[in-house]
Formats: sequence, structure tokens, C-alpha cells
Amino acid sequence: MIPAPFAYACPSTIDEALQAVASGGEDVKILAGGQSLIPVMRLRLAAPETVVDLTRVAELRGVREDGDAIVIGAMTTHSDVLADPLIARYAPLIAEATETVADRQVRHRGTFGGALAHADPAGDLPAVALALDAEFVVAGLEGRRTVAASDFFVDYLTTVLQEGELLVEIRVPRREGWGMHYEKFTRVAQAWSIVAVAAAVRMEGSRIAEARIGLTNMGPTPLRASATEAALTGAEATAEVIAAAAQHAAENTSPSSDLNAQADYRHHLAQVLTRRAVTAAAGL
Amino acid sequence: MTLVEEPTAAGTAPEKEIGRARRRKEDARLITGRTTWTDNMVLPGMLHLAVVRSPVAHGKITSIDVSAAQQAPGVVAVLTGRDVADEQGSLPCAWPVTPDMVNPGHPSIAVDEVNHVGEAVAVIVARSKVAAQDAVELVDVDYDLLPVVLDMEQAVEPGADLTHDHTSSNTSYHFVFDAGEAGTGGDTEQAFADAEVVVSRRFVQQRLIPAFMEPRSVVVQPQGDNYTLWSSTQIPHILRVMLAMVTGVPEHKLRVIAPDVGGGFGGKITPTPEEVITLLVARRLGKPIKWTETRSESLMTAHHGRDQIQFIDVAADREGNVKGLRVRLLADMGAYLRLITPGIPALGAFMFPGIYKFPAYRFECDGVFTNKVPTDAYRGAGRPEATFAIERIMDELAVELGMDPLEVRRKNWIQAAEFPFTTVAGLQYDSGDYEQATQDALDLFGYAELRAEQQRRRESGDPVQLGIGFSTFTEMCGLAPSRVLGSLSFGAGGWESASIRMLPTGKVEVVTGSTPHGQGHETAWSQLVADSLGVPFEDVEVLHGDTSISSRGLDTYGSRSLVVGGSAVVKAADKVVAKARKIAAHLLEASEDDLEFSGGTFSVRGTPGTGLGIQEIALAVFAAHNYPEGIEPSIDAEATFDPENFSFPHGTHLCAMEVDTDTGLVKIRKYACVDDIGTIVNPLIVEGQVHGGLAQGIAQALYEEAVYDADGNLTTGTFVDYLVPSAADLPHFDTGNTVHTAPGNPIGAKGVGEAGCIASTPAVVNAAIDAVRHLGVSDIRMPLTPERVWRAIHHGGDGGDRASARTNAQAVDSSEGPSTQGGNR
Repeated sequence: MIPAPFAYACPSTIDEALQAVASGGEDVKILAGGQSLIPVMRLRLAAPETVVDLTRVAELRGVREDGDAIVIGAMTTHSDVLADPLIARYAPLIAEATETVADRQVRHRGTFGGALAHADPAGDLPAVALALDAEFVVAGLEGRRTVAASDFFVDYLTTVLQEGELLVEIRVPRREGWGMHYEKFTRVAQAWSIVAVAAAVRMEGSRIAEARIGLTNMGPTPLRASATEAALTGAEATAEVIAAAAQHAAENTSPSSDLNAQADYRHHLAQVLTRRAVTAAAGL
Repeated sequence: MTLVEEPTAAGTAPEKEIGRARRRKEDARLITGRTTWTDNMVLPGMLHLAVVRSPVAHGKITSIDVSAAQQAPGVVAVLTGRDVADEQGSLPCAWPVTPDMVNPGHPSIAVDEVNHVGEAVAVIVARSKVAAQDAVELVDVDYDLLPVVLDMEQAVEPGADLTHDHTSSNTSYHFVFDAGEAGTGGDTEQAFADAEVVVSRRFVQQRLIPAFMEPRSVVVQPQGDNYTLWSSTQIPHILRVMLAMVTGVPEHKLRVIAPDVGGGFGGKITPTPEEVITLLVARRLGKPIKWTETRSESLMTAHHGRDQIQFIDVAADREGNVKGLRVRLLADMGAYLRLITPGIPALGAFMFPGIYKFPAYRFECDGVFTNKVPTDAYRGAGRPEATFAIERIMDELAVELGMDPLEVRRKNWIQAAEFPFTTVAGLQYDSGDYEQATQDALDLFGYAELRAEQQRRRESGDPVQLGIGFSTFTEMCGLAPSRVLGSLSFGAGGWESASIRMLPTGKVEVVTGSTPHGQGHETAWSQLVADSLGVPFEDVEVLHGDTSISSRGLDTYGSRSLVVGGSAVVKAADKVVAKARKIAAHLLEASEDDLEFSGGTFSVRGTPGTGLGIQEIALAVFAAHNYPEGIEPSIDAEATFDPENFSFPHGTHLCAMEVDTDTGLVKIRKYACVDDIGTIVNPLIVEGQVHGGLAQGIAQALYEEAVYDADGNLTTGTFVDYLVPSAADLPHFDTGNTVHTAPGNPIGAKGVGEAGCIASTPAVVNAAIDAVRHLGVSDIRMPLTPERVWRAIHHGGDGGDRASARTNAQAVDSSEGPSTQGGNR
């Protein structure tokens, strides 16, 4: 289908982008990879007045090290994420989840920051960012601020990003030597998650020293399975312990009911998938 | 088996083309898109049409305000149903299955009342597609809402709300076939009264969407009082006749062209509202007009398939001998009757007995109206529904009797020595060997090892259980003997036409009335003609799809093309040879009786060195300097083939399914099938048809379902929610063939277009149920979503309804889903 008419800006720096957003009128949409925005515009579910295209903002792309963190530019494409050695070393969970995002064509266009800013509850990367305690660097005309992942996702398709702000980069703590696994449940390849679980585990001998678990599509925002994390911390990594801890995975979640799953089934899936994700992350 | 084109040594032509795995000559242009898809057409001065569609499933149109749209930039005209009420007629239904069938009439643009979401209420004509689309939102339509009828079982209750306010009930027809009354079987009620065992089930054939690759598109060019219409259709010939009858444009003033068409699966078998509208608008404005649908429009408004509730009872004795079969169907027509809407379940009526020797059979079907898009043909059209029901209940009967499901089938199926066999439904099955196909399939499958693994998994309580499902199926193909169609009240015959034109340089043009939409006619027909005429494969060109080139034809559906259309080609080629023989005898100065024709050359028996090629004769006839007295100087020929019986492909399909009892996720572990489709002209095309058919049949079992919400909005309005599997979701297929040629046509072919789609669905569902039957599961509703499988295992029942109010695509309410509807909702 054909989108409704819109104005278009194509800045080449972050400052120009912020100016373009500020002067774009009432309803401005920021175009990153366009893998969510373009379809909804074509279906006329969205009809923005202005589209600000970040494709040419080179400073938003790439991955670098900065102290204890790796920093991922918001416009880094999924396929660049998959090929990046820093991510492979310090945050392999991101690569593992990114590999499940849609298909090759989408991964060549879609971006890490775009997926996070879109905040689709069925999207794979928000729960991963939450599990890894990522920080979001947000730029506005007044300057920059840093937001913790736990504060970034506010509601369904909604983040703390205010009008006029841009997500510019994501800082992910380096976690070398952690066990990580992304367990995704879908009906067909290339589909959004029905439920998925992102698990990161730091082992000390046979015990789980730390566990971080992010849940995809178990509510309007990504969630942490806090009760399960607490039950695992300091525990022996046995099948029984993990299974018992995973029983708590759906606590304090509020998943929706849709064609693929009603809420009670999602609760059940969260438990099963958490058990599997933690088991794999712990190397059992 | 995965086939690739066989290499041939340079310069050595194969003895025969038939049987050779030729790569398809049409594929390069089809795959690259460098061809004439209808939407590629650009004509001088062409205008674009967009359709304003109803956002409500049932309502009275109280007002339509088109003034803002008329004034929008680029808009040339806005037309409502009222504007074309006197000329649009009713879309045709060619299959009144009973004399008293109720047809509510089917306007192309709704005039007073809308009966399904997506129905056209107005059209915009503009100078660009963008302008037309922008103006759609400016049309304001007011509706008085009426009760929405969605559930067939409720719709047939007394006092139910009505789909159409001018009919007296939601029942279109009540069709009955009773073998006792027809004289083809015993008394069904008596058979059930006397039975030792009766098994009864209710199966749901969910609604499916054909989801062809190329969306529908129509272009109409007026030239004086002549009209040329290009359409992405399966049926250019039938469409021409029907459009002439509906619009009053005389048939000889209307040329219909189906250029390359990107798939149909039955979904392009009916004249559509948009074809009528585009022609009417072109006639009114005198300008070329194009309409091309979006994918969302296609899913919402192109006809759907299946959608039956099946009540099936089987009677048997304790030894497993079947005694009777009783079927009662509710078949969803949707809101209107399209070309063969009512005939789909009636066609299936004759296939419910399957390959089994039932002594008694009774079939009843109610065609039911609901406020949904109409149903019509979808790959298999009636036969997949029937095959599913019989193959599912044979498993249930086996369970009831404590027998092996294969043993029950074996006990009752028609033996190889019994062909031709007249079934309880009155069909005469032509040829085959069910035992051999089954044995071959079991060997391909590795049956014993899989059964052993199933046992191990059960004993160890493995969370992943394994099941094995059978489908020993047959189908009726080669549609169709014209006299039989007449006896079923169908509005046309089932013959097919072909002609062969020998060009002066010896090249050959084959004109076929069977219009392809992806099947590979150009390749297969070339192989047929290469063998019949002894000319190189490359020297044959196949022409099709244009009523001014191919004037006679009945098009492509029902696995008929090779069986009926290919046979017409072979008969035309035989006539060419017969005509050429007279010329050859004259030029070789020999008696016709002394000539033999081999490898494209006539030679005089016993006289080495003599010889005249048929391609040389083509030149001699073109020059016409020297030919016998009393004949015309042409060796071109035309033939029409009307089969006397259907053909009956059969096969055995085996599926091994892993079921994760923790999540309900099912995964096909192994799939093996052996099909008997008679003579195989091109093994590569056959393999492709089987693979594609399997994909679609498996998709019905596991993935696809058109879901409506409580207001009649299509929840599965995009491919995010209507799940069509990709290669990544399907297993490797182990395929094989047995060959029992069809006696009813000169090729011996039975048809392969629908086999995989018909056979696979029950094999897959039977396999999943076999995996978890020991956990108390006896049915799971299609598609087998993980949630349904999990619920059936852990909560009992068939898995239940899906939550239909929210889509997964951007998780919007389906009422906010993609549409081209106007404003003021």
C-alpha cells in the first residue's frame, strides 16, 4: 500500500538530526532501519507529518570499547551486530538474540537502537538489554542523559524518549566469561516471539553466583524474572534447583492474549523457557 | 528424492522427451519478473482505480458522501454502487447444486447493504495510484449496523439472525447423495442399526486463504466498442463468457488476456467484483483503467477456501470391516455465491468413501451463508476436506477396535485386482495398487525403527513424544467429463481444446486452452509435442491465455491440465501427423500404408535412404507448390478432448511427528510419500508439485487459519498473523512414485497438482494425535498451534478457540487492522 504524504529530512549528523526533529512539526517519526515504521505507514496505521531518516548519520553506527562497557551505536544494523567481535566476546547474548530477529533482509536494514526505541513487547532485544543492565544514551537539544534499561521501557511501544530526543548509543557492561542463552518460542521461523527468555549467568564453580533473566512479550514492556533470579543466586546449578526457580518466572507478569497464545499459556511458557534458558546458560 | 535436470551427452538427443526431468523453459522469466505480469502493464492515458471497502460486516448503507473525494487532487471520478446499479448485474454462480438453491445475488459494488468486511462500497478513479489511494479516506459512508452472522452452527438454528435480510434463512441449499437411493450402495440407516461398532466425530475444516504469490490485478483498455481485459486470472476463457453475460459487452467485442500469472491455487478461479468494476469504469470513461490489490486487500477480499464443520459416522463390525459411512456437513458459503462456491462441498461428496469398500453411504450438506468473504475453490476444492475426514476417522475406528490403523485400512481398501472399481459413491476408480504404494512408502519412511523409537519415548516418559500418521488417499482429477458435469447441474463442460500450427521453418506453435498460472505447461506441452511430432523440444512454443489466440478453452484447475489439456495437444499432434502423412506419401511417391513415421521422419518401409522430415513437410506445405489433389495445403490441426471418466491418483503418505509435551510445539520428524499419478511426463515438475502441495497441506494442519473477531473483522489480515510456512519451517520430503497409467486418456496421466495438498493434512494431524493419544488426546483442532496442542494434552478437548481480538502484527486490535476503507467508521 501507499503511505499518506509526509515531509522528509535526511540529516548527516546528530545535531542536524535533532534540529530536523525539532522543526518537523507536530508529529515527527524517526526512521532508523524502517522495518517497523515503514510497514505501519504503508498500512496507514501511522501517518507522520515528518520523517527524519538517520541512515546517513555515520556517528550513530559501530561498536567500540569504553572502560567497563561496550558502546553500540543506535544505528548499528543487526547484521553488523552479528559480525562484531566485541559483542561476541562481551555480550554474546545480544548476538544470539539478534540472530533470531526476522530474516536476513530485515537484519541488513533493521538497527539495534531502532528495535530498542520501538519497544515492541514481542521484539527480542529489549529483554536482552534489560537482562544485561544496558544503559541508554539519549541526546536532546539541551544535551545528553543516560537512562538505565530498567527505566527506559515505560509501556507498550513507549519509552522514556521525549519528543525531540534521539537514542544515540547503548552502553552494555562487559561480561566476559558469563554463560548466556536466548530461548525463543515461535510458530514459524522469522516470526516475532510468542514468549522468549534471555538469561545470563555467572558461575562460581558449580554454583550460580549471579543470574539475570529478561522476559520478552510477558507484558507491555520487557520484564526481569526477579523471583527466579533471587532463587538462583548462590544456588547449586542442578536441574532440580533451576526447575524450581523457573516456577517463579511468570510472577508479576501481565502478558496479553492474542492469536498465538492466551495469557495463561504465556505464563506457562515463561516457566518452561526460563528453565531451558538458564539450564543452557549455566552450561548444564 | 531431489531431482535435478539430467545431463545429456552433447549432440545425443534422448529417445523420448516424456519422462525426462526437463528444467522449465518458462522459469527464467517468471522468477526474474522480466515478463508481463498484469501490474507491469502501462498504457497511454491509463487511470488507476482504488476501492473503498466496508469496515462493517453487516449493515445498511444510509448515506455515502463522495464530495470531498471528488475534489481531491488527481481524482477523475468516484462511483458508488448506486451509480452502477443498473449495469453491474450479479456476479455469476455457475453451479446450482440443487434446483431450489438460494442465491442472494452478488453485486460487484454494494448498493443498499454490505454483507462482509471488505465489500466494495465505492471506487475512486484517479490519474495516479497514489491519488486514488489518498482519496479513499475522503469518502464518508454511514451504516446502520445489522446483526453479524459468523457461526454456522448458530446460523442454521431456527430464528437465527440473517446474513441477508431478503432471504428467509441462512441456508443456501441442502444437498443429499444417498447411495441407497442412487443404487450404488445399501441402506445406510440399516447399516448403522446393524453395526457392532459406530464411531462418530465432529471435525472442523478451518477457513483458509489461497495466498497466491501475485496479487490480483486487472487492466482494461477500451478501443471503440471493443475492450481488451488483462487479468491475473486462472480462467480467461470462462471470464470472457461471464463478463459478457454480466455486463452486456458482447462476447465478440471482449478480448481477455491472462498474461503470466503468479499462482492461483483456485483463488483466481472466479470472476471477481474488481474485474467487473474495472470493465464498467473503462466503458463509462472510455479510458484504460488499472486496478491492483494490496496484499492486505487480497487476504481480506479475495475468496477463501475450506470452512466446513464435518459430522462423520462410520459403522463397522468388530473385525474391522466397514459397514457404512454417514456424513453431514455445514459448508460456509460466506456472504455470497461466487462461480463454484456451492459446488465445492458437493464435489467432495463423492470422495468421502476414499479408497475403502463401504457397502452403504449417505451424504448431506447444508450450504450456509455468513457475513464473511465468500468461499470458493482452494487447492483440492472439496477433496481435501473429504480426505481429511475419512483418513482421520479411520484412525479413530482403529483405536476403537484396538487395531493397527494400517491394518484397518488394508482390510477395507480396494485390491489391485479389483480395478476398475465402482465405489459406493458411484465413481469408477480407474487403476492403482494401494498395497504397493503403501509398502514403498513404509520402506522410504523407515517405519519399524520409528515405531520402536516411539515405544522407547513412551516408556521413558520423554517430554518429546513421537507419533506416526497415515493417509492412504485417492482423489478425482482430470476435471471433467462434460456429461458428468451436466448431471451435477454444473453450468459448463469439462473438455479442453488444443491446436498445432506448423510454421514454414519447421518450428511448432502449440495453442492450448488450458491457461497456466505457474504449472509449467510450456515445458510439459513441448515435451508431449516433441515426442508426438519428433521435433526438438526447443522448436516448440506454447501459446496460451489470450482469447484471441486461444479461442477455445476451459482453463486450469482440478489437476486437469495435463490429463485433459495435454490429451487435446496429443490428439492435435496425431492429426498433424495424419495430415502430413498424405503430403509425405505424395512427395515420396509411395502409398500412405507403406510409410512409417518415426523420430519426426516419414520413410518408406523397406526402402533405406528414403525419408522426409515433418519439419520439411511444413515448408513444402507453406510453399504449396506440390501437394495432392483434393486436400487443403495445411497440416495444422485442432482437437478437443472430453474425457469419459475422471482420473484417480492415489498414494500413501506417512508422517512422523515430534510433540513437545512441555510447550505443545509440534515438529515433523520425517515425511515420506509414494504417489501414483499415472504416466509422468516431467519428473521435475511432478516433484515440484508434490513439494508445493505438501507445503500447503502441512500448512493447513499446522499453520494457516483465517480468523474473524466477534464483529466480523479478519484478524489474520497480514502475513504476520496468517502464517504461510517457508522452506525453513518444512522438513525434507522423501518422495516416490508407483505408475499405473490412467486408461482414460492417451497420455495415461492422472494429475498431480493437488495430490500433496489433499493427502498430507490428515497424515500430519494423525501423527500428532498418535504421539499424545496415550495422554488422553483424541482430537486437536487445526491448525495445531502449540497452544492448542498444549491445552489438548493438559486440559483435554481439542485445544479450543484462539484469542481473536488481537493480532500479532503491531499487536493492534483487528478493527484497526490494515484496510482501504473510507472515513467515518
